[in-house]
Amino acid sequence: MKNGARRTWRLRLYVAGQTPKSITALANLKRLCEGHLAGRYRIEVVDLLKWPHLARRDEIVAIPTLVRQLPPPIRKIIGDLSNVERVLIGLDVLPRDDEK
Amino acid sequence: MTATGRRRTHEPRKRTGNGSRAAGGPLAKAPTGIPGLDEITHGGLPRGRPTLVCGGAGCGKTLLAMEFLVRGALDYDEPGVFMSFEETAADLVANARSLGFDLQRLSARRRLLLDYVRLERSELTEAGEYDLEGLFIRLGDAIDAIGAKRVVLDTIELLFSGLSDGFVLRAELARLFRWLKAKRVTAIVTAERDGEHLTRHGLEEYVSDCVILLDQRVMEQSATRRLRILKYRGSAHGGNEMPFLIDDHGVSVLPITSLGLAHQASTAHVSTGVAGLDGMFAKKGYFRGNSVLVSGTAGTGKSSLAAHFAKAACRRGERCLYFAFEESASQIARNMRSIGIDLEPWMRRDLLRVHAARPTALGLEAHLVAMHRLIEDYEPRVVVVDPVTNLIAVGSDIEVKAMLARLIDFMKMRQITALFTSLTQGSAAAEATDLGVSSLMDVWMLLGNLEANGERNRAIQVVKARGMAHSNQVREFVMTDRGITLVDVSRRADGSVAIGSARGAQQQQGPAGDPKRSRKRRVE
Repeated sequence: MKNGARRTWRLRLYVAGQTPKSITALANLKRLCEGHLAGRYRIEVVDLLKWPHLARRDEIVAIPTLVRQLPPPIRKIIGDLSNVERVLIGLDVLPRDDEK
Repeated sequence: MTATGRRRTHEPRKRTGNGSRAAGGPLAKAPTGIPGLDEITHGGLPRGRPTLVCGGAGCGKTLLAMEFLVRGALDYDEPGVFMSFEETAADLVANARSLGFDLQRLSARRRLLLDYVRLERSELTEAGEYDLEGLFIRLGDAIDAIGAKRVVLDTIELLFSGLSDGFVLRAELARLFRWLKAKRVTAIVTAERDGEHLTRHGLEEYVSDCVILLDQRVMEQSATRRLRILKYRGSAHGGNEMPFLIDDHGVSVLPITSLGLAHQASTAHVSTGVAGLDGMFAKKGYFRGNSVLVSGTAGTGKSSLAAHFAKAACRRGERCLYFAFEESASQIARNMRSIGIDLEPWMRRDLLRVHAARPTALGLEAHLVAMHRLIEDYEPRVVVVDPVTNLIAVGSDIEVKAMLARLIDFMKMRQITALFTSLTQGSAAAEATDLGVSSLMDVWMLLGNLEANGERNRAIQVVKARGMAHSNQVREFVMTDRGITLVDVSRRADGSVAIGSARGAQQQQGPAGDPKRSRKRRVE
């Protein structure tokens, strides 16, 4: 929709150190954002090994966890984001006809 | 907080001296602080290791686990982390309040950390491989934040309903249990019982040290809770099912085993309250700490004897706790006034407390726990249970006797002299029906009616009195407006005892009786 085109996506990826799954997740996320949200997304990576208390505050269980902070509502996607289809459903950024 | 002041009578029993230190010792244990549980586990849960507590819905897993943390924080200087997968922190706080635990205060003092792990499959999308490292970090951070020594995971199996990759979850749970051991925290992991299986997802495979099973079932219209130690590696444990209770004081387990016979036997005497009756026990009455059984059919004067005993205690300035399972306090006071025993002044001075309860109102174990608690609170020197038979009716056989034995041992340890009345049916069966209970008693008296010469006269006899010379006579007594009065023994020339109007006739002819037996004729 028209509004959707202008809103900025704020995405936060929770990882625990530089594990293969984390690296894969970040790579997958970047590729996906470039493909669908080019120019209107921001990715922040939170390493829970550095900020362990954030696991409780932000209710993280699985690693990696991707949180869509904006636009609301908050959505959570877990895994290395290799299943692109599911990530798009989870983030609610499935390309729509009117956006093409 | 009410919890702190409560009965901490059972110190963890140290085994070979390695006691409670270091997770290395194979028998190091962490006391739960839950009355009864530390007894049957001989000191508590395996220290530094996870224990599995499983059971069906509503069986008390969460509360048991919570009390383990609260007691740890309050009594053993071991802060705890409660990670809940089921109830929110607010719910936990509210539920624990009903047991008298103030979780908010404990949290504020950093003795407890509640963490609700919310996992809603509908709110979570899975897109690729993951692990539970976030949970590990989260738990680890919570443990470090308050220096926790104890951890509860309740109910961790809910991970399986929140996440779909069973393979990953199983691998991660196995890792979690190894991790908990490495962290050296004493943990309780709860799990839902699932039909034939101990736990729905086979958690018992990972927790190999200690498994406790909880169960709640309805028997004779009252719900009873049972606890069983299924497994305790490297430690003796009672394999029996133990009744347990959850009430406003928390969890209490009632071990069916007895406390043992380590109590001190007193040589001090306690008056029976009836002068003539004291004479039947080496002139002085019962030993302090004795348990006394008074049996008889209806209307033979059991309660009157109990009232005498209670009043005598009050007159000595000792507190008396009277458990009435048939009558209310005011009924007892009124009835006793009619035979000249005025109990009300002692009630007013709080030297006599009457606890009246319908036996059917609660299950047997609930009664026993209530009795324990009242005794602990009031600290009486003398206890009356009138009648104990009503308690027996609530429970069933062996269990009842075992639990009664426990109550008796408990009172003996405190040197409380206890009198139990027992209502028996018919005369022939009287002794038989009491046999099971009487073996627990130090003194056993039988009240009854003697029918002879067209008269019915009241009689009392001492069936047994451990460690005491006691009269072998069947003594006649009368109920006067001053209570029970034993009538002087009056013998015929042939040595037989004359009773009722025959006694009157005999007395007019002058005293009789065998001089050799005068030792037993101590009659005031």
